[in-house]
Amino acid sequence: MTGFAKLIRTTAFRLTLVYLFLFALFAASLLAYFAWNTRRLITEQISTTVSAEISEITDIYTRRGLHGLVRTIENRALRPGANLYLVTTPTGQAIAGNVGSLAPGVIGSSGWSETFYRRLDDPRDENHRALVYVTQLESGFRLLIGRDLDERRRMFGIVAKAAQWSMLVVIVLGIGGGIFVARRVLHRIDAMTGTTRRIMAGDLSGRLPVGRSGDELDRLAENLNAMLERIEALMTGLKEVSDNIAHDLKTPLTRLRNRAEEALAKSRSEAEYRSALERTIEESDGLIRTFNALLMIARAESGQARGDMVDFDAADVAAGIHELYEPLAEEDGMTLQVKAVSAPLHGNRELISQALANLVENAIKYGKPAAVPLDTDAASTARDILIEARQDGAHVLLSVRDHGPGIPEGDRKHAIERFVRLEASRTLPGSGLGLSLASAVATLHGGELRLGDAHPGLTATLVLPVSADAGARLAAQTQDVPQKAA
Amino acid sequence: MRLLIIEDDRESADYLVKAFREVGHIADLAGDGEEGLAMAESGDYDVLVVDRMLPKRDGLSLIGVLRDKGNRTPVLILSALGQVDDRIKGLRAGGDDYLPKPYSFAELLARVEVLSRRHGGPAEETTYKVGDLELDRLSHRVARGKDELTLQPREFRLLEYLMKHAGQVVTRTMLLENVWDYHFDPQTNVIDVHISRLRSKIDKGFERPLLHTIRGAGYMIRDGLR
Repeated sequence: MTGFAKLIRTTAFRLTLVYLFLFALFAASLLAYFAWNTRRLITEQISTTVSAEISEITDIYTRRGLHGLVRTIENRALRPGANLYLVTTPTGQAIAGNVGSLAPGVIGSSGWSETFYRRLDDPRDENHRALVYVTQLESGFRLLIGRDLDERRRMFGIVAKAAQWSMLVVIVLGIGGGIFVARRVLHRIDAMTGTTRRIMAGDLSGRLPVGRSGDELDRLAENLNAMLERIEALMTGLKEVSDNIAHDLKTPLTRLRNRAEEALAKSRSEAEYRSALERTIEESDGLIRTFNALLMIARAESGQARGDMVDFDAADVAAGIHELYEPLAEEDGMTLQVKAVSAPLHGNRELISQALANLVENAIKYGKPAAVPLDTDAASTARDILIEARQDGAHVLLSVRDHGPGIPEGDRKHAIERFVRLEASRTLPGSGLGLSLASAVATLHGGELRLGDAHPGLTATLVLPVSADAGARLAAQTQDVPQKAA
Repeated sequence: MRLLIIEDDRESADYLVKAFREVGHIADLAGDGEEGLAMAESGDYDVLVVDRMLPKRDGLSLIGVLRDKGNRTPVLILSALGQVDDRIKGLRAGGDDYLPKPYSFAELLARVEVLSRRHGGPAEETTYKVGDLELDRLSHRVARGKDELTLQPREFRLLEYLMKHAGQVVTRTMLLENVWDYHFDPQTNVIDVHISRLRSKIDKGFERPLLHTIRGAGYMIRDGLR
């Protein structure tokens, strides 16, 4: 598209054309109104003058007779810029005046009329228009007095000329202004387009230019920049994740391959082969688990797991997970406790259970106190892990608190990311996906995963929106079922 | 036990047929949904192993047609879609069990054997007996020989499930699904710890252990002499 074609296709230019048309229409009607009023005014003025002269001349005729009349007419007709005068006999014979010829029939009809005429003394022999008044005198003679309408025509000409010029000015200024505005807008849009092209080509760091005027284009550019900021962050995150996935899946795959290779090269006995194969299966099971966890996170994050939402009590989930993990914690030398107050939830029970299970597993794995205090009381509480379910205003809190080393505040956000394993935990087995899944599950339910300080230790809390409807429905269900006797 | 495997991936199908035959079962193979449906309707199978994504007719619709015609043969669904809601969809369509790919053969075998027993076996009994271990499901009492054993409610349910399938291998995931009703995969050996607690109650101090660990598969309760 050429520059000009592009210019006249802009919204600014099209708007200008619309305004131009409207303005021209307005100017034209204004001029027309002016012209019509002027014409009316001139006509009125002429008729007033003519009426006055008619009565004056009629008076002269009454007082001084035909002779006086003719003399007065002859006198007045000779003055420069004189009105039109004509006196005729009852048969239509002209006897005095300055009118050479008239349109036929004018002199015969009394009253006002517009007519063509020719002056006696007019050398150019042209036809003119005039407004005339004809009256019959007492003796049957007819008197015509009128005035040339040339003045009116000239006035009209001036107005028409003014209309022409103003139209021209309006159009030139309008189109010029339109082009000016359109070019300015186009220039800024072109700058934006250029930037977006660069961004599309892969340079995600590009940002749209923002002016200082704060107009609608600036606001648009600011919003687009905010969007680009978010996209860039997401892309960086995605890249990090895929790098991590590559690393965390390739490492066990390499181990797997190396073991198989080693077994093939070195194993002598059946027992050696067997143990090598068993380790291979273990390793692939680990890989499968990692894959499943990744898929689960992806599904939770994309909101696909929104089906299967049911009403349930967070306290039941807490009690269930406590029951499942209590022996494991005990075997690890920890004490797993639960403090659950009924709190209604609406969601995917399975996913929330799994999220809580992940938090408990983390607490058992990483929540051991760094140094056991000498004081025996403190030493025993230091190995406590507490699962808590309660309602706090509009939120249901499902938390797990340990007394381990905790996570430094600066690392907490980072710890939730996929595959991130903090320095302190690198030596322990794990996939680095537990917190990511818990966080994704919380997000799916419109909540979040909060990591806090338990002084010492870590409190990981699933903050989920409370469901009042679920509470009512759960209460109705429990009423239906007769309570077991204690 | 007669099995029908409906699976379009030739290699894994052959592997399954061979593996089932090695442990003494008869396994037939169908390569697509239509063939599988025809064979399932005509043959007298104890269990059907059905892949979810099949050419010509998908697994779920195959199960639906069978159930509509009154065929109650137990069906185990195999699927690469291993997520919770896919599992629920499979069970709603009429499947009896669901196993996500990739699976271990030991897990599949254990589940298929439990399914075939459920189908052909006697109605649920009120007491289970393995060796000198007795469990009364109504009074919730457990005794070994003359000794009354005190079990926690969950330990009772764990033992109940194991004894219901006495002589059969039950895997850790089967226990997690049937005793706890969780369908996720814990990253830790949480089931093993429950088993070892139970074991300390029912086997500790007795000459003959009843609760056995089956390497690479799971657990089995049985009278060691049989």
